[in-house]
Amino acid sequence: MKSLVKNVKDFANNHSVLVFLSPFVILFLLFIIIPIGAAILLSFTDFNTVQMPNFIGIKNYVNLFTNDTVFMQKVLPNTIIYAVFVGVGGYVLSFFLAWSLSQVTHRVRTIMAIIIYSPSLTGSVMVATIFSVIFNGDESGYLNYLLLKLKVISEPIQWLTSEDYLLPIMIIVALWSSMGVGFLAILSGIMNVNQELYEAAYIDGVKNRFQEIIYVTIPSAKPQMLFGAVMAIVNTFNSAGVGVALSGANPTPNYAGQLIVTHIDDFGFLRYEMGYAAAISVVLLIGIRLLSVGAEKLFGSKD
Amino acid sequence: MKKEKTERKLKRRSRIKQNGINPKHFSASQLKFYSYLVPICLIMCLPILFIVSNAFKPMDELMAYPPRFFVKHPTFDNFLMLFNMSSTSSVPASRYLFNSILTTVITVLGALIICSCSAFAFSKKRFKLKGFLFNVNTIALMFVPVAVAIPRYFVITYTGMLDTMWANILPLLVIPTGVFLVKQFMDQLPDALIEAAVVDGASDYTIMAKIVMPLIKSPLATVAILSFQSAWNSVEASTYYINDESLKTFPFFMSTLSNTVGNVVVGKGVSAAATLLMFLPNLILFIILQSKVMNSMAHSGIK
Repeated sequence: MKSLVKNVKDFANNHSVLVFLSPFVILFLLFIIIPIGAAILLSFTDFNTVQMPNFIGIKNYVNLFTNDTVFMQKVLPNTIIYAVFVGVGGYVLSFFLAWSLSQVTHRVRTIMAIIIYSPSLTGSVMVATIFSVIFNGDESGYLNYLLLKLKVISEPIQWLTSEDYLLPIMIIVALWSSMGVGFLAILSGIMNVNQELYEAAYIDGVKNRFQEIIYVTIPSAKPQMLFGAVMAIVNTFNSAGVGVALSGANPTPNYAGQLIVTHIDDFGFLRYEMGYAAAISVVLLIGIRLLSVGAEKLFGSKD
Repeated sequence: MKKEKTERKLKRRSRIKQNGINPKHFSASQLKFYSYLVPICLIMCLPILFIVSNAFKPMDELMAYPPRFFVKHPTFDNFLMLFNMSSTSSVPASRYLFNSILTTVITVLGALIICSCSAFAFSKKRFKLKGFLFNVNTIALMFVPVAVAIPRYFVITYTGMLDTMWANILPLLVIPTGVFLVKQFMDQLPDALIEAAVVDGASDYTIMAKIVMPLIKSPLATVAILSFQSAWNSVEASTYYINDESLKTFPFFMSTLSNTVGNVVVGKGVSAAATLLMFLPNLILFIILQSKVMNSMAHSGIK
């Protein structure tokens, strides 16, 4: 018995890397690598969860790009619009806010950073309750009430179930909650730019704050900018369920707020067309990877 | 002439110091930043203030028309009602809350251990595949879990985690961002520190617990925030991987509130109370840890 304890101890001491790393690697395999692998395999089948999956080649992909009118006409354009506003727009906004915050005194900055960061703490469930107060469809909804009172509209608008307003509202809500870890990283990157660089830059002929940002701040904070960009991409797709949460239905009314992520859920968990849903997942993962490679090209240091 | 020029340069330098990043004192030149930062901050917290206000509104104020934006006679009625409620399958609200607290505590502790141990191996140990594994982790920074909800469902089914507490916890323990942040932070701890301990005969476990852990509090604060947020707000596991109502989490219960209450006005107050209950722990934890989080963000860059 004693020797067993000793053996275990010896093993642990000689293989500490294994002990330290295996929990992470095992979980990483289980919940990231294997699911991605399974998604790729399933995407070539017509799995409906009841019968065994059948190999059907690239039929799912062909169908996705040629037959799925909802995907081509609603989901893809919606996703692109959403990604441009929430991903790119949110990223630019978080840089601008972070830079502005770096120009005020420490205490004010801390308080404002907490206020700006705090909406990112709300998950999709909270977002739905919070914004249903404002965008409620009857006249007691705050926005309807204000617009009625100002006589901009004559009858209440069903904001969250309306085809015209759902996507813009989703974008506003997602932007509101997009200043998360990426924003904090950019703020910290800007705060840690070597002050002497600014002085040197002014002596070298930098004339205004804009040039200062382009020639000093961004190049110096590049690593954090890249981290922020990656977080912006992740946040964009992670928050994609907001349309379903707000409208309370999947698919969203006339697919007005349908994004790739909710399209996957629609086929996977509502219609049980797992093979097809897996094919959409693979397309999404490839898209995200391409975006992040783009971000690396933009901000990565070349070495 | 030359003297004049240098004087001018010096003057300009001091002006930069005054106007530049992280000013020590308030000055009128900062007013332009306040002019838009203050309104933005107000807009950011307005939705949350509405929810706080709704959570404390008595019934008549919730029903009132025109709607009152802020509460006049605050009560705790909504919170009391929330705790006296049960889901449709007669599981009391407190059970969901208990599940959430349990999941969150285990997830945060687990994430702290897993992230710090694997980061230690990545940062301070030498082993085969180290570069490769860390690169895989860096690519996984932009991994979007919602994209593989379906294949994850199969992993959870085949490993027997379906309908167990593990389904709530284990998927959330894989935080590539956390491993990345802790590792980057550890990289700047001098190797000499560890070498000295090795010479003294300390095992890797002693080094980890006695030397490294106390020095990496900043990135661990960030991991704590990230894992707390994902566990506390988590609905995916309860929606997809758990059928047993008594194992589901509080955010899931919240998402069903509108169906269970049946009464729109009551539902409004109760879900506002629930939202506040979800939001506050997130916020408080962040306020406590924010300076540490900001400190670790300085090392968040991707190079």
